[in-house]
Amino acid sequence: MDADLLPQEDGEVELKGSSIIAAIKASGVEFILSVPDIVTSGGLLRPISRDPAFKLIRVCKEDECIGIASGLSYCDKRALTLIQHTGFLNSINAIRGVAVEYSQPICMMVGLLAHDPTTTPRNSPRYGVRIIEPILEAMGIPHHLINEEADCTKIRPAIEDAYATSHPLALLIGRRPSAS
Amino acid sequence: MMKRDQCFRALARHVSDEIVVATYSSAVDWLELGERALNYFSVGAMGLDSSHALGLALGRPDRRIICLQGDGSLLMNLGCLVTIAAAGPKNLVHFVVQNGTYEANGSHPIPNAGIEFAAMARAAGYAHVHEFSELANFEQQAGHVLKQDGPVFATLHVERSKPLTYDYANLYDPARRAALKAVLRGIQGRQAS
Repeated sequence: MDADLLPQEDGEVELKGSSIIAAIKASGVEFILSVPDIVTSGGLLRPISRDPAFKLIRVCKEDECIGIASGLSYCDKRALTLIQHTGFLNSINAIRGVAVEYSQPICMMVGLLAHDPTTTPRNSPRYGVRIIEPILEAMGIPHHLINEEADCTKIRPAIEDAYATSHPLALLIGRRPSAS
Repeated sequence: MMKRDQCFRALARHVSDEIVVATYSSAVDWLELGERALNYFSVGAMGLDSSHALGLALGRPDRRIICLQGDGSLLMNLGCLVTIAAAGPKNLVHFVVQNGTYEANGSHPIPNAGIEFAAMARAAGYAHVHEFSELANFEQQAGHVLKQDGPVFATLHVERSKPLTYDYANLYDPARRAALKAVLRGIQGRQAS
């Protein structure tokens, strides 16, 4: 079995990939720019790759997504960068230079690799996860945690606002969305 | 060996409504040839110029995109060759200006000044790949290169230029970005000539 199809760490709380994808579509996102992320692989990237409503661009390294999304934004095309938090950390200078200093609507959906979804990212036992929200706040990037079904209602307004007022956005995926 | 500004003058003779993405030294030399709203200067995160260009190419398939990237810049984003080739935009022409140095950062040498970018682009899967080191040849071929179905890649072998003045405040001016967006909105849907 592929690693992304293994059961969720915490089966008690549900987060459906289909709910997230519906919210992404409702936001007018046409392009998905991605390096695979094990948190979102089965529930988001696989169904997105089969969905003709999206144009999926597979990139080699996460910071490429920031440039591509910026170029698309000049053409009034909406994009979502789908990466894991290690890729976010690897892209900090691109996010700083293009998304923040250019005030570009760069929307990122970031899987919190190895995060324990029963706790908050800030209290995660994983150092790499603990630092994500403080970094986003230091950079002035609005962010939302998507950890359960009810959180999916945050997605569309956040993306709409990012494009309406031209600023970057991070949506943090705290648990593996189901593939349904 | 050619000079970058000579190459750009030769190129400019064939450029009309293409979007030109340039960064650092290439942006300075390209801007010397004149202001145009369809310039996109991607200073701020070195190496991403080719990725910006890919985004523009995907977003406006009706319009040709020319990327003028330095060799140091491409080295910071080599994976883009594979990404661009896989995405396969027919409207993207990707030049790398190879002078073997990080010219904007003190002209220190790149790790391997003789690196063969054209071979890398060919292996990555670009539709057409070129390499120029003689100005007369480039002047003769530039128009043809710009018209080919992409993604097209071309290495321009140039010598180090005289020291440039980098006016980043000007290159980075938000008004430039606003002007580009306004022009692209105004010409939305028009066919490229």
